[in-house]
Amino acid sequence: MALPSYTETRYRIWHYFYIGICTFVFFFLIAPLFVIFPLSFNAEEFLVFSEGMKNLDPDAFSLRWYKDMIYGTKNPWGLAAKNSFIIAIFATIGSIILGTLAALGLSSRHMPYKGIIMATLISPMIVPLIISGVAIFFFMAKVGLAATHTGIIFAHMILGTPFVVITVTATLSGFDHSVTRAASSLGSNPVNTFMKITLPLILPGVISGGLFAFVTSFDEVVVVLFLAGLDNTTIPVQMWTGLREQLSPTILAVATCLIVLSTLILVTAELLRRRSERLRGIQR
Amino acid sequence: MSSETQKILTTDGVPLEESLKKSEKRNKIKAFLLVAPLLLFLIITYIFPIAEMFTRSIDDRMVTNMLPKTFKSMENWDGKELPSEEIFRSFYEDYKILAEKKEHGKLGQRLNKEKNGFNSILKRLFRNIKRNKIDENSSIKVQLTKIHRHYENVDYWRAIKRTAPPYTMNKYLKGMDMFLDEDGNIAQVDEDRRIHRILWLRTLEIALFVTIFCFLMGYPIAHLLATLPMKYSNLLMICVLLPFWTSLLVRTASWMILLQQQGLVNDFFVMIGLVSDNNRPEMMYNKVGTYVAMTQILLPFMVLPLYSVMKTISPSLMRAGKSLGGTPFVAFWKVYFPLTIPGIGAGCLLVFILAIGYYITPALVGGASGTLISNQIAYHMKTTLDWSFASAMGLMLLTGVLVVYWIYNKLVGVDNIKLG
Repeated sequence: MALPSYTETRYRIWHYFYIGICTFVFFFLIAPLFVIFPLSFNAEEFLVFSEGMKNLDPDAFSLRWYKDMIYGTKNPWGLAAKNSFIIAIFATIGSIILGTLAALGLSSRHMPYKGIIMATLISPMIVPLIISGVAIFFFMAKVGLAATHTGIIFAHMILGTPFVVITVTATLSGFDHSVTRAASSLGSNPVNTFMKITLPLILPGVISGGLFAFVTSFDEVVVVLFLAGLDNTTIPVQMWTGLREQLSPTILAVATCLIVLSTLILVTAELLRRRSERLRGIQR
Repeated sequence: MSSETQKILTTDGVPLEESLKKSEKRNKIKAFLLVAPLLLFLIITYIFPIAEMFTRSIDDRMVTNMLPKTFKSMENWDGKELPSEEIFRSFYEDYKILAEKKEHGKLGQRLNKEKNGFNSILKRLFRNIKRNKIDENSSIKVQLTKIHRHYENVDYWRAIKRTAPPYTMNKYLKGMDMFLDEDGNIAQVDEDRRIHRILWLRTLEIALFVTIFCFLMGYPIAHLLATLPMKYSNLLMICVLLPFWTSLLVRTASWMILLQQQGLVNDFFVMIGLVSDNNRPEMMYNKVGTYVAMTQILLPFMVLPLYSVMKTISPSLMRAGKSLGGTPFVAFWKVYFPLTIPGIGAGCLLVFILAIGYYITPALVGGASGTLISNQIAYHMKTTLDWSFASAMGLMLLTGVLVVYWIYNKLVGVDNIKLG
């Protein structure tokens, strides 16, 4: 953003002030994440940068806490990671199936009561999590699904479907319906048309909705805290317990792994978004 | 020429109009059937349970079910004089059954909330029943008043009568630090015990300020992202998106490290000489920690809607404004800013609604003064097990959120919400 040479001084000052603010905000957003990396390789137990670390002494760094995360005695992380992945994967599959079907129906111009139905479908996004947690807990306790994987998967499907509905509806808004009509006129049945024509075209939207649902489930802690028993503990629940008791470097090792995971998800989501925009012919 | 217009027929001889209607109806059903599975799933597992929270929050049938005979005989009692022998007797009989089933304790607790001291006079009665000291053939009224003089006090009997209706608003009043006094009027609790009102105000205050901070920080960077050339803005966008996709607990943990007394922020303050080394300020476990951490965590929810709106604003509009004689500030204020209002609305709504129901971050970095209404709800759900009170507070919070949502919908329209 170079300024034209005729810019007056006060606007010049204002411009640098504005760039300064922006730099600060970007730093504020991203810097906290990078504090975790070096500290997770700390050789000592304290969560401050030791003198050795400040001098980049190799002895001050170690993989101690990563070993503790994987091999530590009575360590909860293995079970938590397994549960987190199982719950998130099934919740995502459920959200994708229900959400995509609903989005297909919603984007049909024949859909009756569109407004109120859409509002109902995305309500789990608007209602504060704590209230969703209380309501879902009452339901799961009544039907005997509290403290089961199934119960938590259902709960996360409730929270995840709105994202799929929104992203797929958005993808379908640029969808050319004449291609499905062409398929039917050539003798394809509706299921075949969906699998061969519609699905490949809306796939980027479906997957990015699925990513949202996956992250929502993988990161969710409020509802799980109400629902989980000892056997259903997840990574966020373990982190929550750990952070409340004592901030240990092992948690930072886990946090580093989670940041790596979220970076992977971010890259996937971005690539998908660009592909989808290219397919929809949106110029950038 | 025929006077009647010829009806157009399809190839099977059905009038076209009818055939069209039929096919439209079929399409309608088809569309609805696609939505139905999710709709049913949500109604059963989500919408219904929320509605059930309401019945749970006003349900007060416990005493009604425990003292059926008493309430029946009390129907004609005006509540002015001491009840008759009949009421005393039916109360005694009800209580005896409860004592045999060992459920009398709950009744004592519930009635004690209605009138202080009830529990102790009921315990006295319980002991007498256990030792078989009550002669059922003579007057129960005389015997009870001998057991404890409070049985002669009409106030206690009125307290029982007050619990007669199967529904109560008590939990809602309690959530606002109010209660029904003995005459049935709404009264305030003592000033030093008004904890809930403080929590409501604090929740509102934190949500409002976090929204304002997010707006003040989010607007400039959204503007920069929208105006920079693509190759730079894509890179900077990562700074917004990476925190967005990163676990909430990871981000809270990093703030706990940064803000602790020996943390980097304090190190920095010491380094630039703002504070002395042995006088490091406490930045965590108070409101400062809550504000800082929540602002950083919710900032992407402000930037993304703002960015998607600003992206659509053509730069030539600003140039036009300037060429028509406006200074850059006037052009910005009169041309650019009004066009970004839908984005501001969407961002503020998202941040405000997320902030008002926040629970995890305030509980970890907020300490005692960072406790919000959500923490209180969780506390009653998990610790005191007063689920009806938790439901009542949850619904009060939900009402607040829905009001905000409704106002937003009136002002801006919900269709403007975009994700990324």
